[in-house]
Amino acid sequence: MDFSNFLKLNQEAGLVAVLLVLLICDMFGGEGPKRWLRPTACTLFAVLTAIGFFLPATGEAFGGMYVSTPMTVLMKSLLNLGTLFVFLQSGQWLRSDAALRLREGEFYVITLATLLGCCVMISAANFMMLYIAVELASLPVACLAAFNKYKEESAEAGAKYILISALSSGIMMFGLSYLYGAMGTLYFDGMASMTANAVTVIGFVFFFAGLGFKLSLVPFHLWVADVYQGAPTGATAYLSVVSKAAAGFVLMFTLYHVFGGMEAVWHTLLRWIAAATIVVGNLFAIRQQNIKRFFAFSSISQAGYLLLGIMCGTAQGMASTVFYVLVYLFSNLAAFGVVAAVENQSGRTDIAGYNGFFKTNPGLAAIMMLAVFSLAGIPPLAGFFSKFFIFSAAAAKGEYVLLFVALANTVVSLYYYLLIVKAMFVNPAEEQPIGRIRPDGYNRLSLIVCTVAIVLIGIFSYFYEYIDSISTGMKQLN
Amino acid sequence: MAFTLFILLIPLCVFLLLALSGKRLSAGVTGVIGTLGMAVVAGLSCFSAYRYFFVIGQSGGNFPALVPFSFEWLRFTDTLSIDLGILLDPISVMMLTVISTVSLTVHLYSVGYMRGEQGFQRYCAFLSLFTFSMLGLVMATNIFQMYVFWELVGLSSYLLIGFYYTKPAAVAASKKAFIVTRFADLGFLIGILLLSYCTGTFDFGELTANNGLLVIGSTTGMAFLGLSAASWALALIFIGGAGKSAMFPLHVWLPDAMEGPTPVSALIHAATMVVAGVFLVARMFPVYYFAAHDVLMLIGYVGAFTALFAAVVAVTQTDIKRVLAYSTISQIAYMMTALGVSGFSGPDGLGYTSSMFHLFTHAFFKALLFLGAGAVIRAVHSNEMSRMGGLRKHLPVTHVAFLVACLAIAGIPPLSGFFSKDQILDAAFHHDKVLFVALWLVAGLTAFYMFRLYYNIFWGKERTYEHKPREASWTMLVPLGILVVLTAVTGFFPFSKFISSDDMGYAAGINRGVAASGVAVALIGILAARMLYRKENDRPAQLAARMGGFYRAAVEKFYIDEVWMFVTKKVIINCVARPLAWFDRHVIDGVLVDGTGRLTEKIAGSIKGMQSGQVQYYALVFIAGALAVAVWAIYI
Repeated sequence: MDFSNFLKLNQEAGLVAVLLVLLICDMFGGEGPKRWLRPTACTLFAVLTAIGFFLPATGEAFGGMYVSTPMTVLMKSLLNLGTLFVFLQSGQWLRSDAALRLREGEFYVITLATLLGCCVMISAANFMMLYIAVELASLPVACLAAFNKYKEESAEAGAKYILISALSSGIMMFGLSYLYGAMGTLYFDGMASMTANAVTVIGFVFFFAGLGFKLSLVPFHLWVADVYQGAPTGATAYLSVVSKAAAGFVLMFTLYHVFGGMEAVWHTLLRWIAAATIVVGNLFAIRQQNIKRFFAFSSISQAGYLLLGIMCGTAQGMASTVFYVLVYLFSNLAAFGVVAAVENQSGRTDIAGYNGFFKTNPGLAAIMMLAVFSLAGIPPLAGFFSKFFIFSAAAAKGEYVLLFVALANTVVSLYYYLLIVKAMFVNPAEEQPIGRIRPDGYNRLSLIVCTVAIVLIGIFSYFYEYIDSISTGMKQLN
Repeated sequence: MAFTLFILLIPLCVFLLLALSGKRLSAGVTGVIGTLGMAVVAGLSCFSAYRYFFVIGQSGGNFPALVPFSFEWLRFTDTLSIDLGILLDPISVMMLTVISTVSLTVHLYSVGYMRGEQGFQRYCAFLSLFTFSMLGLVMATNIFQMYVFWELVGLSSYLLIGFYYTKPAAVAASKKAFIVTRFADLGFLIGILLLSYCTGTFDFGELTANNGLLVIGSTTGMAFLGLSAASWALALIFIGGAGKSAMFPLHVWLPDAMEGPTPVSALIHAATMVVAGVFLVARMFPVYYFAAHDVLMLIGYVGAFTALFAAVVAVTQTDIKRVLAYSTISQIAYMMTALGVSGFSGPDGLGYTSSMFHLFTHAFFKALLFLGAGAVIRAVHSNEMSRMGGLRKHLPVTHVAFLVACLAIAGIPPLSGFFSKDQILDAAFHHDKVLFVALWLVAGLTAFYMFRLYYNIFWGKERTYEHKPREASWTMLVPLGILVVLTAVTGFFPFSKFISSDDMGYAAGINRGVAASGVAVALIGILAARMLYRKENDRPAQLAARMGGFYRAAVEKFYIDEVWMFVTKKVIINCVARPLAWFDRHVIDGVLVDGTGRLTEKIAGSIKGMQSGQVQYYALVFIAGALAVAVWAIYI
């Protein structure tokens, strides 16, 4: 066997290495080493993320089952970055009580395990590989959701996630069996000649349903709110950013490389699903009282915008999608960083708790404001540019009706995002407002990085141009 | 020349530092940071001017346009993109030295002038923001970048005019300045869009290359209302310039802008920002000259009229800062006229050279006048001439500085104003006799009203002051000294060797006849002022009475403000704003916005039930959804 294949997997291999180090440290270390768990996790992981950015390895491995291109390397680095922020933001919560502190290592190890699944998903060029990766990415998330297992809602979130996840995997597998039946192979290359007929369409739709579950597209989205609300905030942040981004990337690759021959079918399909996802996410977000539930619906509608970029099928669409994820990652994690800090210290997750937040915590309120403004797409923040690029990609494709729906919905989304800002800046504080919140140094670091990124990424065109330079459209092998 | 990037970055960093550091800095530290930063910028600017003009110098006959730094900022299509960069050519390098030197003196002066004011840190931060924007404006490589900085300049001007935000007059003045210039900028923006639509580029280099060939070529055959597309675009662009440079009838904001702190008036509303319009026309000069010569002629006439108009008004004003404001309007109009009468290439382009020359010298002596006026105001706590008199004994240094500046603006040799004004008159004389006569009259009026001001402040009747007026502190006097020196010597620069319409350089002499007539009319003006105002007497009042209605109209600034008020308050509000407001409130807001809102709320309420919390139900929807999609997809 040619072991040089493994070099192509340097990001995954790095992940496994970090995972093992942490696992051993957690299992056999005493109190002393355990104190170093979080710094080690964050440092190793930061190094790993940097490796992705600076030492990319590209090529095929394992007879074409695994493919690494500059684009996949970038995507995985983005996922790494998102997970790193989740780690930075979760530390305070993990140390908030003794029972959790005992399991701190577990949190890192489980998260890394699902991240490993996400990474392999992106690089998979064979449906069996992809399926296993999806399972690897999904199962540990249930553990994460149920991490506060003595809390009812956390346990409930875990149970709901695993049930729906199992269902969606089943459906996905069912779809894959149809595809295998039709084409006689599971390699992406071999399936690229697929054309639309009843069997392949059914196979595609069921496969799509499996990804739609992870991406929280309508009508596969109902689990999202309950799980996001019940899961610990760190897990919610992970779910809303990393897991969703990975599914989006995989959908993009499979659409472009496998289902290119039936573009007419999926284009129409995705057009409606994107519109429905944006609209439904927005409509539900308006009435939410709980900030985590609120961000659950906001993330559903954001997934709709993501789909808008994916369905273009052009290099421009790919570039705008990846850039959208990059910006969404920073914006959403900035918001979740604040939510986590508030929840850790005051236990509040209702939006009313944020009334008069600006008076007591001007800095955090400003970060939250920038984050939601970026999510809403207000210039000159990065979110404006990412929406702008998505819209111009869609316009180049002639999707004017869908574009109108999306644009109208940005106005609706502005309304509910502004509700948060209003609560923080305008509403009078309650009699016992949240006191001064002090995020720990790690979380503070993540918030600062996210805020700087929100402000600067859009203005400095370098980022988009780099992504644009490595983007490919359909019908070229990744 | 890549170090020129720091010329931009340093003021920006100073601004960010001062704006973001909260209340932690003391006034002293703030002043030191601001002044030091500006000193470095001034040093770098002068060094880059030295490098540009003397080390790199002319290559192939002309001064090259260098772009030491540029990157693509926003890309619309493969052919149209917006860059951000730095352009160095003779006029931008010249502007760099002017802006940074005046800004440095103003920073230093402010340390003394603003002592003990609330919000000194805010003041310094805005001043740095302004300097950054202005430097960015002159170094812009393309017209869109210029527009961005143009707006930033307007913003910082707005912030500084309204610095005393508890004073209603200051707030009103800041709003007025912002709205009037914004209104003009609308024309500018439309002009930019029109021009870039035709030519497909924003870049100054491409626009002005080959004598504006691109503009001419891309707009041939396009005409509207008898004017070519190029003329429309350039006229609209000029409206933007006219707004910033306070050309009639958009000049109304500048006198009111004097509500800001006096050093701000010196920097922004005398030396730098208000000449942005002149700079804009100069920057696009080849395009104006070759593609839209009709617009260039219009610029000449608008300029001459404004110069005369403002000079007449200046004669009657009693607030010393307002006199200076009208004098500024008049002098900027002088520069505009010079551009309007300019030819192209070599000695024919004397108008262009002299316009830039006058911009250069005017910046120094007008800043000197304002800073001197600031020292006077600081000493007597009033802007009104009637509260001043006989101050030459109390403020000897300020007196000398002010006198030098007055002589310079009147155009008395060998001070700098003489040289630049003589060149403008010379250019006008050879191009258009009517404009020459107008400018010649303005020269006399200028000398008259400046010496009216001078005699009223430093001579005239001895007043009794509540506090004995005291000379200002050294931080205020040193800048005066620097500016006196600059005012005295800058006239001797062989300006035309460096700055000319085709960047080739040539030697411009002094036209003796024109110079003599200019000096003569200035002397007449000075002598008249001396007769009327040196000792207190009733001759000025008699003269005013004899002038009757004309005098009163001039005192009331020819009712231009009232005309604008009528147009905006009566005509626009009643005929346009009210119907639109009704439409907005009832149709847009009532039907569309509220209706959409109500509908959304209703739908949101009615579908709430779908989110039941039961996982069986979720699974059911999941499967049903997948099946429905599959069935539908098969039949697409």
